[in-house]
Amino acid sequence: MAKILAVDDSASMRQMVSFTLKAAGHTVTDAADGQQALNIAKTQSFDLVLTDVNMPVMDGLTLTKNLRGLPAYRFTPILVLTTEAGMDKKQEGRAAGATGWLVKPFNPDQLLATIKKVLG
Amino acid sequence: MSIDISQFHDVFFEESFEGLDAMEGGLLDLDVGAADVEAINTIFRAAHSIKGGAGTFGFMSVSEFTHVMETMLDEMRNGQREVTGESTNLLLESVDVLREMLTAVQQKTETDDERIAEVRTKLEAMMSGEDNVAEDVTETTSEVAVDDEEDGSASQGWFITFRPHQHLLQTGNDPVRMLRELDSLGDLSVEVLDDKLPPFSDLEPEDSYLAWNLTLKGDIPKEDVVEIFEWVDDDCDLEIVELMSEESDSGSTEEAEKQEAIEPEVVEVDASITSEPEVAISTPEAAPAAVPKAAAKAKAAPAASSIRVGTDKVDSLINLVGELVITQSMLSQIGDNFTPEMLPQLIDGLAQLERNSREMQEGIMRIRMLPISFAFNRFPRLVHDMTDKMGKKVELKLTGEQTELDKTVMEKIGDPLVHLVRNSLDHGLETPEVRLAAGKSETGLLQLKAFHQGGNIVIEIHDDGAGLNEEKILGKAVEKGLVDAEEILSPEKIHDLIFLPGFSTADVVTDVSGRGVGMDVVRKNINSLGGTVEVVSKRGEGSVFTIRLPLTLAIMDGQTIRVADESYIIPLISIIETLEVKTSEIKRVSGKGELYPLRDEYVPVIRMYDVFNLTPKTTDLEEGLLVIVEGEGQKVGLFIDDLLGQQQVVIKSLETNYRKVVGVSGATILGDGTVALILDVPGLMALYREPSLALVVNNDQAA
Repeated sequence: MAKILAVDDSASMRQMVSFTLKAAGHTVTDAADGQQALNIAKTQSFDLVLTDVNMPVMDGLTLTKNLRGLPAYRFTPILVLTTEAGMDKKQEGRAAGATGWLVKPFNPDQLLATIKKVLG
Repeated sequence: MSIDISQFHDVFFEESFEGLDAMEGGLLDLDVGAADVEAINTIFRAAHSIKGGAGTFGFMSVSEFTHVMETMLDEMRNGQREVTGESTNLLLESVDVLREMLTAVQQKTETDDERIAEVRTKLEAMMSGEDNVAEDVTETTSEVAVDDEEDGSASQGWFITFRPHQHLLQTGNDPVRMLRELDSLGDLSVEVLDDKLPPFSDLEPEDSYLAWNLTLKGDIPKEDVVEIFEWVDDDCDLEIVELMSEESDSGSTEEAEKQEAIEPEVVEVDASITSEPEVAISTPEAAPAAVPKAAAKAKAAPAASSIRVGTDKVDSLINLVGELVITQSMLSQIGDNFTPEMLPQLIDGLAQLERNSREMQEGIMRIRMLPISFAFNRFPRLVHDMTDKMGKKVELKLTGEQTELDKTVMEKIGDPLVHLVRNSLDHGLETPEVRLAAGKSETGLLQLKAFHQGGNIVIEIHDDGAGLNEEKILGKAVEKGLVDAEEILSPEKIHDLIFLPGFSTADVVTDVSGRGVGMDVVRKNINSLGGTVEVVSKRGEGSVFTIRLPLTLAIMDGQTIRVADESYIIPLISIIETLEVKTSEIKRVSGKGELYPLRDEYVPVIRMYDVFNLTPKTTDLEEGLLVIVEGEGQKVGLFIDDLLGQQQVVIKSLETNYRKVVGVSGATILGDGTVALILDVPGLMALYREPSLALVVNNDQAA
């Protein structure tokens, strides 16, 4: 099972995501903004990063860019959770180096299905 | 796996209400015309989070409504829309609607659909100035319908050419997992194309060079295939051609596919947004039938009130519990084989236990303490709305918002505070013209201050308005028969008249402040919290209302006293001093009983053994003590036998366990296990003035 870093500024989303992933047997560490996540990512390694886009302090795209700059995260799947359905946001995500995205709102089953896509 | 996401609803509601407060605060701070982008961003983010959460947790109506607000805020932060007073007010109104919607969803009650629709229409109308949301929506909807039909037709399978760009791996995507996924859809045969593979010496291990021809057989919707490549369609060359299709016109099919390869996400999400409002609008007749049942159920199980506690407070409690355990084990060790020589150790241990329990008690009380900003945070909005309505200009200044107050006190002080603030805005602060004419600045200043003073929380409401009009107050009081026309009153006494029942000086009753049912209720409510309210005012310069509140209602500092053989508690806060008196100093006045001259005033003496019908040890004032206490601004002297000690007492309600007794506010259990009544000073004074009160209560009880 995978080690996952889940980043979201909303406590309810964080709890939902962590709970779902833990129930599926994954190990989850969570963070409330990009900066927190980046600090954690520098000291631990993860198999997958799930991040919200709109967050205070450091947004999810900046986090993605920063993570891609770290040698340990060059190939790590990074999924952005976003409500923005428009193409421009996805292009930004891609440009930042995100592996893929999951469009909010999603339910626990959709989350697990998406995770499965990247973790195999 | 099925996970019940309703367990996260409470957190969602909590953070959403916080988000709404943040939005409201942010909107009120926005400067029209020159708004700070970061400020708008913060408001946007709050709306965005509520929308996302509401969608996730299945509150679609909330999510849709927030979507409209979010779109507007998005335009504002992108500089596409100016921040005007009008748009800010509309957003504030939307925040209110959203708060009502969330509350309704949380308590499973009905929403005011008319108001929601009205505000939503206003929002959309404001938006349509630049782009027509409604039209966009219908267009996309029709596209969805067409796509769906196309996709509905079954196919024999797909021929896919997948040529990843070199950097594909660096996006975290892996061709292998895509091939695996395709394999799970149907019968897959794979042909590797290694034509781009460079000589080994030029090979970059981090790049991808391989490509694939994939034949996927089976009745598989194209959507499913496209979805697998959803994340990489910009990072690869991809062709998806339908297999063995009879009418296959490869040129047009490819084009259509390319388009779809780009569009599926857009289609999917827009569909979820557009289809919902239709449902909501088209079934208003059906919905109400179902809702009342849900509402009735909700009432049966009201949400438990919860409290958010900082982790530091909890940690310090855990720490204290640890210390308590250590003390306990130390004491039990001493107790196991106790010898008289160990007495000093025992005394030390007991002292430590006392400190532990006091700290525990303080720590636990702190859990109930909330910063007063919980009560203050509604005022920026209130002042904004009211001054708007009245054409006044007022600056609101809040200080001491971090001052902590007991949760129960906080809940009950809200209404009186609102009343006082409304009062200052309506009667105190003047219109800009009047202010300018009086040589003041155009903008009035309203200050709310909270701070600790002694064992109290003090809340002050300052305004630099007109101040109280003494002649007018006195005139009104005389007219209403509250005071005699001949009576000469100090300005303080006149100011205090506004707290009398039925008093109102408003020339015209406005919808903004009171109808004369105000100040007396304010004072009553504050008194019931064990607090006081008074006013200091100066004509032309403004008024200051000062509220004093106890830190908590559950525990108080008490002075234990002895009357005959009984122990009683007097709230320490109401004691001014304790004296030994000489019988010769006492004046006897017919009809008023005994009076003691305390400096420049005469204080009535109440003999406590009389009040409680006890057999006195002595009736001689010189053998006992006189405790001067104050309540409701008046002093009395309580004649008691002795002072015993001071201690913190936990207040137990007499009313819930027995019945209301005039002159007694509750009871407590003393260290030796006996019960002592806690004296209610204002009640004792009432009893002194009207001894029959004790009987009245009894009669009530009998009836």
